[in-house]
Amino acid sequence: MNITIDINGKDVTAAIEPRVTLLDFVRDVAGLKGTHAGCEHGVCGACTVLLDGEAVRSCLILAAQAEGSQITTIEAVDGTTRQPGELSIIQDAFCESHGLQCGYCTPGMVLAAKTLLQHNPTPSREQVRDAISGNICRCTGYVQIIDAIMLAAERLQGRNQPADGA
Amino acid sequence: MRDKKYRFLSQPRRVVEDRRFVAGKGHYIADYDHADMAHVALMPCHLPAARIDAIDASAALAMPGVIDVVTGAELAAAIDPLMNGLDTPKVRRYPLAVGQVRYAGEWVCAVIAESRAIAEDAIEHIRLETTALPFVLDPEQALRDDSPPVHPDHNSNLLLDKKFVWGPVDDDFAAADHQLDFCVTWGRNSTVPIETFGVVAEWNAWAQMLDIRASVQMPKYADQIARALGLAGNQVRVHYDIDVGGSYGVKRGIKHAVLTGYLALKLHRPVRLIEDRLENMRAGDAHGPERKFDVSVAFDKDGTVRSMKMRALDNAGAYAGRAPFQLGKPIGAIVGPYRIGSVAYQAISVTTNKAAQEAVRGFGQAPTNYALETAMDRVAAFLDMDRLALRQHNLIKADEFPYLIPSGSTYDSGDYHTVIDKVMAAADYPRLVATCNQLRKDGMMAGIGIAACLEPSGGNASFEPLLNESNQTTTWMESCQINIDALGAVTARIHTTSSGQGHETLVSTVIGEILGIDPDSIRVVRPNSLESLPGNSPVGSRMAIMLGGAAARAAEKLKAKILAIAAHHLQCDAANIDYQGGAMLSANGRHITWGDIIELAHRQIHGLPDGMDPGLASFDIMQVPTGGDLPKDGKVHMYPCYSFEFHLVLVTFDPIIGKPEIRSYTIGHDCGTVINPAIVSGMTYGGIAHGIGAALLEEFAYDESGQLMTQSFLDYLMPSSHEVPDIQLVKHCTPSPHTVFGQKGSGESGYLGAPAAISSAINHAVAGLNISFDKLPIRMSVISDKIAAATQHRSDSE
Repeated sequence: MNITIDINGKDVTAAIEPRVTLLDFVRDVAGLKGTHAGCEHGVCGACTVLLDGEAVRSCLILAAQAEGSQITTIEAVDGTTRQPGELSIIQDAFCESHGLQCGYCTPGMVLAAKTLLQHNPTPSREQVRDAISGNICRCTGYVQIIDAIMLAAERLQGRNQPADGA
Repeated sequence: MRDKKYRFLSQPRRVVEDRRFVAGKGHYIADYDHADMAHVALMPCHLPAARIDAIDASAALAMPGVIDVVTGAELAAAIDPLMNGLDTPKVRRYPLAVGQVRYAGEWVCAVIAESRAIAEDAIEHIRLETTALPFVLDPEQALRDDSPPVHPDHNSNLLLDKKFVWGPVDDDFAAADHQLDFCVTWGRNSTVPIETFGVVAEWNAWAQMLDIRASVQMPKYADQIARALGLAGNQVRVHYDIDVGGSYGVKRGIKHAVLTGYLALKLHRPVRLIEDRLENMRAGDAHGPERKFDVSVAFDKDGTVRSMKMRALDNAGAYAGRAPFQLGKPIGAIVGPYRIGSVAYQAISVTTNKAAQEAVRGFGQAPTNYALETAMDRVAAFLDMDRLALRQHNLIKADEFPYLIPSGSTYDSGDYHTVIDKVMAAADYPRLVATCNQLRKDGMMAGIGIAACLEPSGGNASFEPLLNESNQTTTWMESCQINIDALGAVTARIHTTSSGQGHETLVSTVIGEILGIDPDSIRVVRPNSLESLPGNSPVGSRMAIMLGGAAARAAEKLKAKILAIAAHHLQCDAANIDYQGGAMLSANGRHITWGDIIELAHRQIHGLPDGMDPGLASFDIMQVPTGGDLPKDGKVHMYPCYSFEFHLVLVTFDPIIGKPEIRSYTIGHDCGTVINPAIVSGMTYGGIAHGIGAALLEEFAYDESGQLMTQSFLDYLMPSSHEVPDIQLVKHCTPSPHTVFGQKGSGESGYLGAPAAISSAINHAVAGLNISFDKLPIRMSVISDKIAAATQHRSDSE
């Protein structure tokens, strides 16, 4: 079947088997490797992308189901406003707090953080904990990830958050 | 050197690697593409033990897109068995089952196709004919004569049975006031990285070169692949520039690489094997220790623990792998942080019909620490002594270092009492006790857990000759190369993959510190194995010590050359030069700049001292400090450094529901001089999270028919952000005398004591019911059932 999906503002069209997941479409068809396969059944959150602005598990969605939706991946976490090599405020906060180690779950964590901060710009630590509880990290014990998201929230507040979020 | 304030070392600095990871620009194995790639899927057998009678792949081979189907029999005829460090030549291991299946899920054949999906489809068309064989799952049962041997040629399930007696154990037991015996069991869990294992192999017949890219953390990987495939060492080229999505020990991937390498050689195609989650959980051969401890301790009325006997029986699973050696590492810290004068230790490793074990964070130390700390709690309870006071009474004192333990290792340094005092103050212990008491008054179960333990670090392999006399390994070196180019920029080469440890940051920080230049200006690259010097990968909490050490020593060599050039130019003694990174000033006010030195070294040999080679490059291959001796009389010195950690936790749960909540967690951590504070704290928090999993949730549980019941993330439960509390980290620094900056290891921190501490807390909570939990993980269901039974029993007898 032929499908077209808007990924990071660009239409990607391909002839695919109906069984292809959104995860495989993003990685293998669109060639965007920042979205990672983890558990392959919706538990770990490594494959998180934004579908019409909301965090979803791309391993549980068929590519065909995403036709007509806007998909945002880690590669465009900050829209198109930044140059390659320039970090978004959330990404920069993850670096500042070292809220990662191996980096494999990190794109999913950053997108989960982005979704949270869009809905709740001043979360408590407990609210951050809730927001990332569907993303498993085996490296960090989450402590420095929560630090990073709290720092990002603070910085976004201090910088007059743009209307479209982080 | 250790006393001075560092300019970059120990300072809060960003981790270089993080930039690419937060942008989704890491380069993991699954991101490596090739136009001509062939894909592998693996067919399992569902029986725990079976003879393979026939494999009919004709229907699969007829499917469009299927390239080949390879069986274990084909492999066994073409390659050598995988390396095994023990003297058990009849326990042969190949990447696929050969003749016999030895655990449920073991791979019997590999399907190679134009896509992974086609390969998976083809598996459904392969006919596997088997005859079920008797099997054994329990390690004690596996030891019995009437048990079916997992490897019939070996004719027994025993891989290793080593008995050691260090010191006057019998005399100490006879002289002691009391003795108590207990048994605890460490359940089979693992680190379970979010990225599964993956490997891509490409054979270039024109160059006679096998290129391997893998998500790997394995010492001597290229050597092992070459050996199994019958290639020369320089025909295998492992690329170290692949980012590894977590490992913590388990990503050894040797069977995967040998299989994929064989397929690449056979098919003349690049071949890719990326485990799916089921392949990974069931047959990736990446489970951790499963260990039963029978412990006896001899102690006096005043709480002095004189002696210990420990029998450790480990369930290796179906093949030897590295599992038996995980009984060896704990010998290097067999008495933990305590002054126990003599020890008898029996290390037994058996095969069973479960998946093969691999190295897991701590290499067997965390289970041993759990047994030791349980002993301390039991002795305190027996004597009705405070658990902390008992530990403080037995801890090695700061002025007793270097401290020789009965099994032959000498602890480098430590100040255990001070770390504990700091933790008690930071956690406000009296308030913690008050909270615990209040929770109990409110009808909750609540307990305080404590654990004190060591992290042997520096990664020597001297447990290999100790457990196997024919294995004479006495070095576990690491190396680093540095070059300063003609524009004056510094590039260092390291010879390993990394799985989140921040080695680029480690090396640039260390070199920057010594050369006095900004670490962020130093580039760290990872050449392939043929362009590398010898190394042993990031195992055994060794990289701060060994890679940091090799980088520091290589930088010192460069600095000496720079100073010699400057001294020659300024016509003064090198010792009189004030070295200031970018510019060198001599005593008489004349100076030479960094740029001048570069110009001299790269272009003007006439300006260099006589006999000096041009260029500015250096390397260092570093031996493990204090290591190198073969065992003598069953004793050997193992590790250069011993980090210390002390855990203090408050756990509470509803007596009916039994779901533990960690209300308070404080850890005191002393790993000597810290190179990057954020890396060390991150590893410690992560280790604790992993320890919480091992204590409460994670287990590769098999049912009675030999089937793995926890083979997805839906049933192999791992701590989420809800299960890991905020953690108070109390830092202390007792430098090691054996390392360049006083650093010790920290890669296993947190994990080594967290399971013991949580077990201690839960057992403290239920002590009043006269019950105990003797096996990890302590699941919520077990807690509620046992409490219900105990309270039922109590009300029945009232």
